[in-house]
Amino acid sequence: MAVLQDLKYTKEHVWVKFEANRARLGITDYAQETLGDVVFTELPPVGKLVAKGESIGIVESVKSVSDIYTPLSGRVIDVNGQLADSPELINQDPYGQGWLMDIEPFDAPQMDILLDAAEYEKFLAQIQVEQENQQNQTGP
Amino acid sequence: MAKENLKKTPLNEKHRLLGAKMVDFGGWEMPVQYSGILEEHRAVRGKAGLFDVSHMGEIDVQGPDALILVNKVITNDAAKLAVKQILYSPMVYENGGVMDDLLVYKLAEDHYYLVVNASNTEKDFQWLLENTEKLNVQVVNISAHTAQIAIQGPKAEVILQKLTDYNLNSLKYYRFDFAKVDGVAGLVSRTGYTGEDGFEIYAGPEFAGQMWEKILDAGKDEGILPIGLGARDTLRFEAGLPLYGQELSPEITPWEAGLGLFVKLDKEDFIGKAALVKQKQEGLTRRLIGFEMVERGIPRSHYPIAVNGQEIGWVSSGSYAPSLDKNIGLGFVDAQFALLGAEIEVVIRGKGVKAKVVKTPFYKREA
Repeated sequence: MAVLQDLKYTKEHVWVKFEANRARLGITDYAQETLGDVVFTELPPVGKLVAKGESIGIVESVKSVSDIYTPLSGRVIDVNGQLADSPELINQDPYGQGWLMDIEPFDAPQMDILLDAAEYEKFLAQIQVEQENQQNQTGP
Repeated sequence: MAKENLKKTPLNEKHRLLGAKMVDFGGWEMPVQYSGILEEHRAVRGKAGLFDVSHMGEIDVQGPDALILVNKVITNDAAKLAVKQILYSPMVYENGGVMDDLLVYKLAEDHYYLVVNASNTEKDFQWLLENTEKLNVQVVNISAHTAQIAIQGPKAEVILQKLTDYNLNSLKYYRFDFAKVDGVAGLVSRTGYTGEDGFEIYAGPEFAGQMWEKILDAGKDEGILPIGLGARDTLRFEAGLPLYGQELSPEITPWEAGLGLFVKLDKEDFIGKAALVKQKQEGLTRRLIGFEMVERGIPRSHYPIAVNGQEIGWVSSGSYAPSLDKNIGLGFVDAQFALLGAEIEVVIRGKGVKAKVVKTPFYKREA
């Protein structure tokens, strides 16, 4: 499961890439792998004001519907229009062509809820341990 | 996540080795996908796919009164069956609500084999037992002693033929026979739940693992893939085949679910007949429809269906349909709206999203 060094992450499996005046958001490799084939996205209109912690979009796979939660407050300044016709980009290139949207943050990034790559990797490892424990409990 | 002890099929270990994602399906630990639902779906439509359906229930009904019992509990008519022929039928309660849908295999004049939904096996078995009073018949739940593997898709026959001397080409749709597959004696039927040609093979659980591997091996050149429950659902759904728990339930009658073809009112009495006759005379208040989305959105089970903001029903199954590249659904609506072309709305996250009523099945293979 790829975790890129220069990105920040949330425990809801959203990645954030900070650039000058914008933050680009997408879902992580772990998220796309867990969801399976993505077949539909619903993204907010450009210009929308969003508040930290709220659902700002939907990613649907064949079997599931997932909310995307923003870790930042700000204004949506761009969305990935290619996803409407090619939602599979999220599976194929979650950190690149599968990006979801750009937000212009209102304040300095609220780092309290963002993890760096090492912390996110640790978080993923924790999830895996929990899953293995559960599987062992279902064993014979 | 489920922590209780899940039941496992004899192929559980094979699924894990193939890297399947396992889920709790009605108390069974089953593979939901291997390589991905879309890829698996397309493999079955274009080539072939292999399914572990060993969780399905099998009930053996034998004795001089076997036909009487079978015909008492199903709505279709098993009297017309030839030996080695198969019948699809709903089974209903006294009030006409669907208890299950099943396949009836006629092994001999006094011997039938019922294949039922996994989660309903115990309920169906008890129901049959309760109805054996005064009948000379033996009912045995043989589910634990039966593995079931399905091979489906346009290449199914070519692949399976490599493993058997039996001439599969001579086996017609909804017929079965006893045949050796990979040297193992089993029952092979030309049936399935995907809308494609294919076979279902019943054999002893001890042979399932080897048979599974041999079939995957034999179909390698044809592009066979193992298929999980995820694609099984999108395949059956495109083909307009009902799923118990979604299109069928104790609150739904066969008329409402569009299964009138499988209710034979001209046969002598059967459980639920009076209620079904009455509903037919009074007319239906709701019906199952197929619809496709006109605006963007994927319908999902339990989303409301509305017209002019007024709720008229609910979605029973909904999904992106890989073979059609459309978002489609099945749902129950007030009968007055069950008209081809009618404009309806599916309420998705609180918003009405336009859809229209279309013909089912959504997908039909070329003959």
